[in-house]
Amino acid sequence: MSDTLLDVENLWVRFPTRNGIFDAVRGISFSLGRERLGIVGESGSGKSMTGRAVLKLIRKPGFVEADKMQMGETDLLTASERDMRAIRGRHAAMIMQDPKFSLNPVMTVEQQMVEALTTHERVSRREARSRALEMLDAVAIREPERVLRLYPHEVSGGMGQRIMIAMMLIPDPEILIADEPTSALDVSVQLQVLEIMDKLVKDRGMGLIFISHDLNLVANFCDRVAVMYAGRIVEVCEAGKLQEAQHPYTRGLLNAVPDLEHPRDRLEVLERDPAWREAPSVSAR
Amino acid sequence: MTELPNPAPKPTWREWLMTDAPASRRQARAAAWYAGWCAFRGNTLAMAGLIVLIVLILAAVFAPWLATHDPFAQDLAMRLKAPGEEGFLLGSDSLGRDIYSRLLFGARISLYIVALVALVAPLLGLIIGTIAGYMGGWVDIVLMRFTDIFLAFPRLILALAFVAALGAGIENAVLAISLTAWPPYARIARAETLTIRNSDYIHAIRLQGAGAVRIITRHVWPLCISSLVIRVTLDMAGIILTAAGLGFLGLGAQPPSPEWGAMVSEGRKYILDYWWVATIPGLAIFAISLAFNLLGDGLRDVLDPKESKS
Amino acid sequence: MTEVTQHSEDRRGPVLPPWLKKLAATLLTVAVTLLGLLFVTFMIGRVMPIDPVLAVIGERATQAQYDAAYLELGLDKSLLEQFFIYVRDVLSGDFGKSIRTGQQVTTDIARVFPATLELATLGTIIGIVLGVPLGVMAAVYRGSWIDQTARFVGLIGYSMPIFWLGLVGLLIFYGILDWVEGPGRLGVFYQGLVTERTGLLLVDSAIDGDWTVFKNAFGHIILPAALLGYYSLAYISRMTRSFMLEQLNSEYVTTARVKGLSERKVIWRHAFRNIRIQLITVIALAYANLLEGSVLTEIIFAWPGLGSYITTSLLANDMNSVLGGTVVIGTIFVGLNIFSDLLYRFFDPRAK
Repeated sequence: MSDTLLDVENLWVRFPTRNGIFDAVRGISFSLGRERLGIVGESGSGKSMTGRAVLKLIRKPGFVEADKMQMGETDLLTASERDMRAIRGRHAAMIMQDPKFSLNPVMTVEQQMVEALTTHERVSRREARSRALEMLDAVAIREPERVLRLYPHEVSGGMGQRIMIAMMLIPDPEILIADEPTSALDVSVQLQVLEIMDKLVKDRGMGLIFISHDLNLVANFCDRVAVMYAGRIVEVCEAGKLQEAQHPYTRGLLNAVPDLEHPRDRLEVLERDPAWREAPSVSAR
Repeated sequence: MTELPNPAPKPTWREWLMTDAPASRRQARAAAWYAGWCAFRGNTLAMAGLIVLIVLILAAVFAPWLATHDPFAQDLAMRLKAPGEEGFLLGSDSLGRDIYSRLLFGARISLYIVALVALVAPLLGLIIGTIAGYMGGWVDIVLMRFTDIFLAFPRLILALAFVAALGAGIENAVLAISLTAWPPYARIARAETLTIRNSDYIHAIRLQGAGAVRIITRHVWPLCISSLVIRVTLDMAGIILTAAGLGFLGLGAQPPSPEWGAMVSEGRKYILDYWWVATIPGLAIFAISLAFNLLGDGLRDVLDPKESKS
Repeated sequence: MTEVTQHSEDRRGPVLPPWLKKLAATLLTVAVTLLGLLFVTFMIGRVMPIDPVLAVIGERATQAQYDAAYLELGLDKSLLEQFFIYVRDVLSGDFGKSIRTGQQVTTDIARVFPATLELATLGTIIGIVLGVPLGVMAAVYRGSWIDQTARFVGLIGYSMPIFWLGLVGLLIFYGILDWVEGPGRLGVFYQGLVTERTGLLLVDSAIDGDWTVFKNAFGHIILPAALLGYYSLAYISRMTRSFMLEQLNSEYVTTARVKGLSERKVIWRHAFRNIRIQLITVIALAYANLLEGSVLTEIIFAWPGLGSYITTSLLANDMNSVLGGTVVIGTIFVGLNIFSDLLYRFFDPRAK
């Protein structure tokens, strides 16, 4: 297997509306190896749509266009819905923002985790259960036996998100898309959840696409960062060299965050230049 | 020279209505109405409903001129004629009366009942709901308990019992339907009142010394009206059907009045041999309530965008 | 120290488990609602322009007979007292005598109720079996022809006068096509052939194994039941559709898709599972509506049920029967509401 898990070229996500076609993502290119790629941008920049487009989960009437979308051996562009089902969960999984909404409220943790596994593997109920227990243990959940019997409303947000991570990693996917995985959580548990996710992704040699609006968080947990604006990637850089970023939008994002060590009287207000909108996308391949 | 910008031309009515930046509150309101009307006009079915209703209202208004016969004139020699026969456009009934003419005059009765109920029931609900919502405390508890009791009653049966107590007739049918129809309006009005009650401008008015009656009638009622109007429009079809049902049971308008439900009931005996006597008035009821339903759905789509998405 | 704790515990009184408190609150609500129901019917009975005494003894009675009946009916007592007596009687199952049939109203109702129950139950079953899948499909394929059909079916159902549709149905399926049996519950030749156990003809004849009776009874019930079923279908499918749309837009459905589940599982195992509880409420309401809505249908099809009973009594100024029937239907209404509420608590893991 090659080291490139995902290769995307000129991806568009478009929605027909009453006033013509709205482009949420406008021709971006990126690739993902066994690394952690951060995608940063403000609301509406198209970052979540990018994540969903990779799994072909754009809701109708929206649709995806691209020159190339290759995941491992599979060409996603020509893949049927049936092929996609075999890929989703098994090869690429996704974690969403708020476990309160992303876990099914009327199914127990066990039912939901076991289902994630049995969809892709023929395993006995007992084995599925023991794999679920292992996974819960891996995301640092104490008393996994008890947790399996709980309903989502009975667990805290941090625990819910860890359950979500465990559930998504059970079939052992190579790619994990994390769409704002900690934005809905208490600040106190955000880091813990991220560290658990980070460790699992590293240990398993997975590729991670970490979607967030928080530039500094992404810089800490990723190898590369792509900055999106108005459906395009305006800048790509190594996470370690973020401070050297050139694009005014990235600089604006960096400067809009308070810094304890260098206090300023006034934070900069992000200014947006309409010209950025039209500038061609930077490739993150 | 030609490059110089022309002085801004006087906006057309349409432009004035379509503006993004209204200059006055009046213009903003007019623009909102116009946008609503545009959305409504785009809804073919709702427009169809509106047209049917307009036709019906016109038919009711001009019934004496449109009718070909006296709706009450009996002619036993001409009984149970098929549609088109002997100058009876839609046939004649068991007493030889012209069904078409009776339908026209019957439209008056149906519209009369709907209009009255649509005034009385929401008003009753409005009064009870706003008082409960504004006063709060035990007044609220008692009034809402009372509302729930009426909600727990099956509506048609309760209307039947009321009519039985009050005596059969159009006015009593209206009263009975109103007495069974008000609880949902009371609930809506109360919910609206609860959100309005604690707003700053109500506090301000109260500080100026306005009493409860004044606040409720002048400041709470106007804000409850719009949600009540939507609900009433949606309920109109149900009112028509209930009224027709009462008429059918012989508890609404009394013979020889050409009430549609009663006409179906009269034709019932002959249904197997003379289908039109009962079928045609039924179609009229169906048409009017369908029109109200289409109109109500369309209005809700325009006025309540959240609902229309689902 | 000990005294203080002792004291504070005393003040709290016995600690009730929360479910018991809820149950108590529910029961209180039911009691108050039912009492209100009785009060309304009682008041209707009092404001009637019909003289209850004359209704009992007839127009030609002497003054002495009149006075005796007046006292016997308790009309000399205060309204409150009369109401109290009325409630007491109703609680002991006594609605008074029917003037029309000369029997106890309770006996009458027990006799006619199974017919209504059978009709409404079959109607609701038809409504569920067709309405739920239609609603689900309409939501899943939103905007498609299925959705349009569902909308159309609903619109027609909400606009058609049921008594008229019944007549037209009779005309077409009985008069012209002769596919079904005519009005009534059972053909003349089949009366009294089966042992009455439940009062539900289909059930009784099936228990007896008398399939000719069963077939005839079915031929009689199918048209009115289909008619009621249609109305309940219109309601159930509309509600199912809007519940499903709400669920299909939620995040956990995306999660299920991300897991790689088939669309069928996403719809039925995930989304539908979440609306089951709401659906129970809707179905209970639809059922209650049919019990009531069957009044007009019963008249059309000469169905000897509660609706016919109430209406006929009404036209005969037989107030005891009307009020008795009203109370029974109102009670069932309230009962079904409470029942669905309890089911809700039982089935929804979040409510525990």
